[in-house]
Amino acid sequence: MADQVLDVKGLNCPLPILKAKKLLNTMEQNKTLEVLATDPGAVADFEAFCRTTGNTLVESRQDGDVYAFVIQRTA
Amino acid sequence: MTSEQNAKSMSIIVTKGALDQAYPPFILGTTAAAMGLDVTMFFTFYGLGLLKKDLNLKVTTLGNAAMEMPMMGGHIAMPNILATIPGAGALTTSMMKNLIKKNGVASIEELRELAVEAEINIIACQMTLDLFDYKPADLIDGPVLGGAATYIEVASKSDINLFI
Repeated sequence: MADQVLDVKGLNCPLPILKAKKLLNTMEQNKTLEVLATDPGAVADFEAFCRTTGNTLVESRQDGDVYAFVIQRTA
Repeated sequence: MTSEQNAKSMSIIVTKGALDQAYPPFILGTTAAAMGLDVTMFFTFYGLGLLKKDLNLKVTTLGNAAMEMPMMGGHIAMPNILATIPGAGALTTSMMKNLIKKNGVASIEELRELAVEAEINIIACQMTLDLFDYKPADLIDGPVLGGAATYIEVASKSDINLFI
């Protein structure tokens, strides 16, 4: 279970990334954030976001129409 | 944003002020800032209007030769000639705003707020202010006034420079 959950279902690029980043900024190192999204573009975008920022994408999965990303703050 | 040392940097020249044309610079700028880049946006000519306190952005078919709108399960072409019909601009603008809402796309006002919040370095072109008779008080708080040299100095040190 992630430390925090961010529901951005229904929102489109770039809001899922921007809102996730904003929340990550408020979290302590090594805490985890689970992002729930419906934007299929978010799959590639969260991978790129984590690679570039140095945060860790612990998990990326799809449950029906919902994409879930677990990000650990490591940057 | 100067949170990280040795962060990569990006600059964007924003020259267009229509509703549809306002999206690419704000989306790329805010996302780059979220990804840790130092971002500068230089607003010049019609792009400067995007810094006005009150936005009333519009979309026109004119000059948008490839424009088509999703409608009734298909796509309807929006030919240039449509722009000559009174009210066509209001129609295309409201169609675009409906699409934006329906698809969960942020408003320009929202993206602009996020840009300011992310400490994007916003430069308002002084020459454009003079040319179109705007006052700094017409603009949102935050922009630095500057000209071509101010931008070039930033661009010469940036990893990515975009003209939109």
